[in-house]
Amino acid sequence: MTTITVADIPLVQYALRLADNALVLGHRLSEWCGHAPMLEEDIALANIALDLIGQARMLYTYAGEVEGAGRDEDQLAYLRDAPQYRNVLLVEQPNGDFAVTIVRQFLYSAFMLPFWRRMKESKDETLAAIAAKAEKEVAYHLRHSAEWVVRLGDGTDESHRRAQEALDDLWIYTGELFETDDVERALIEAGIAVDPASLREEWSRTVDEVLNEATLTRPADGWMQTGGRSGRHSEHLGYILADLQFLQRAYPGATW
Amino acid sequence: MYTQALNTKETLRPVAPEDMEREARFQARIDAEEKIEPNDWMPEGYRRTLARQISQHAHSEIVGMLPEGNWITRAPTLRRKAALLAKVQDEGGHGLYLYAAAETLGISREEYVEQLLSGRAKYSSIFNYPTLTWADIGAIGWLVDGAAIMNQIPLCRCSYGPYARAMIRICKEESFHQRQGYEIMLTLCRGTPEQKAMAQDALNRWWWPSLMMFGPSDKDSQHSDQSMRWKIKRFSNDELRQKFVDATVPQGLYLGLTFPDPDLKFNEATGHWEFGEIDWSEFKNVIAGNGPCNKQRMKQRRKAHEEGAWVREAALAYAQKRKARREQRAQAA
Ligand SMILES: [Fe+2]
Ligand SMILES: [Fe+2]
Repeated sequence: MTTITVADIPLVQYALRLADNALVLGHRLSEWCGHAPMLEEDIALANIALDLIGQARMLYTYAGEVEGAGRDEDQLAYLRDAPQYRNVLLVEQPNGDFAVTIVRQFLYSAFMLPFWRRMKESKDETLAAIAAKAEKEVAYHLRHSAEWVVRLGDGTDESHRRAQEALDDLWIYTGELFETDDVERALIEAGIAVDPASLREEWSRTVDEVLNEATLTRPADGWMQTGGRSGRHSEHLGYILADLQFLQRAYPGATW
Repeated sequence: MYTQALNTKETLRPVAPEDMEREARFQARIDAEEKIEPNDWMPEGYRRTLARQISQHAHSEIVGMLPEGNWITRAPTLRRKAALLAKVQDEGGHGLYLYAAAETLGISREEYVEQLLSGRAKYSSIFNYPTLTWADIGAIGWLVDGAAIMNQIPLCRCSYGPYARAMIRICKEESFHQRQGYEIMLTLCRGTPEQKAMAQDALNRWWWPSLMMFGPSDKDSQHSDQSMRWKIKRFSNDELRQKFVDATVPQGLYLGLTFPDPDLKFNEATGHWEFGEIDWSEFKNVIAGNGPCNKQRMKQRRKAHEEGAWVREAALAYAQKRKARREQRAQAA
């Protein structure tokens, strides 16, 4: 089977965006398994990765159902090329050191917790049901990553320096979390999608509280990177997909 | 269970008369199938043997995360990806319980890890083989977890309480891993000719190393007698290996695969599968560090440990700061 293009139905595209975010970040976290700074973190990062991959599976399955072209979760995940992927740039950034992974997780989870909480009110029953499950999971992701941000920020000089550097490097990808486009606007108006702009204040408060406790400095909002949602990614996504899709590409049509 | 490398003889020292009496009482408890607990008196040899065996077992779980972890990012479907990640995570959990059990013998996890990273402690030789295709993930689950279960089920009745209890928990998960691995093999064997060939190739490479997991043949095994008396071990290496072969060969034949052993045949009279001679020189070489991945695995473990040092230091420094702040507040109050 060759590369597929998914129908331009807003709800399908919306579900794909959410699914891609979850899968790509889950994939990144799964790269740590066996290589973390301590055994407890091998297990914790794998836990978060498993939650995210689980969320992605539900969302892909739903996107496939709505599209109605008979595509399942694996076809959507394994047969789209990078320009068809719709995740935000933040989640595809490389793991870097542990500080980068933790700060990335924290910035993302601080956004996703209020996101899912709001999504529980969606008029779309499936999205609301997924949100109910995801909210509980993300509450743990946020707690776990925030605790580490504080430990690293307020730990040693070295950990403080690394955490601050991670924050400074990743900040440029946070603007994209709050963007909306035509695909989303119609769904927001219909009470199906969550308006990300409405989450900014809560996100900002969470970030300030944690950074303050961590003795870290919040970077200034400058120019922000964007493009993931329209399929314009960083160089990193291609390599993720090269790994992720290898077997499906090498043995087209096989059942695994 | 991966205690095959446990092959050094306990050196016996002269024993004082009062110790002989205590040892006799200790042995009587073991004979009566009582569990020995961390605060009970135990002979030094018993303590040392267990510390070595349990920590080697823990190390094997941890090093074992690497060959399978090698396929997490490349798993062929999302279901397989989640299952493999969960499996490797389970192995990390096994490592944690086992280090905790080993710590009850008076040595810290840090010291055990240091023994592994410095190369003084061994881990199962099986993890020094590479995972070259997806079928290796099936073969490991089916054969390696399968062999582990054979070894581990008797350990659930080990005389040392903390080890026995850890094993009960671990065994449940290992049998799930084994079924999952077999199911991967079954799917491949029912798939395309290329997939079936992949499964056959994996069996060809993993079969003999799996048999080696049970350790040296009884006639060459130095430590078994005392471990048997102490009820750390309940069956000999060769007995367990035979059980494994008997259970596994019919499963492989059901898959339509051929075992890489021309001498493999069923003996109607004994009801056992007879198998060819294991290549003990390969076994000894892999144990001695000359396997395909020994150096790579240890480098990966050391790298993770060294690169994580600043994180562990940060966590410690933060915990100390918090404690100091709490105490300051308490004094001020
Ligand atoms: Fe295990
Ligand atoms: Fe296992």
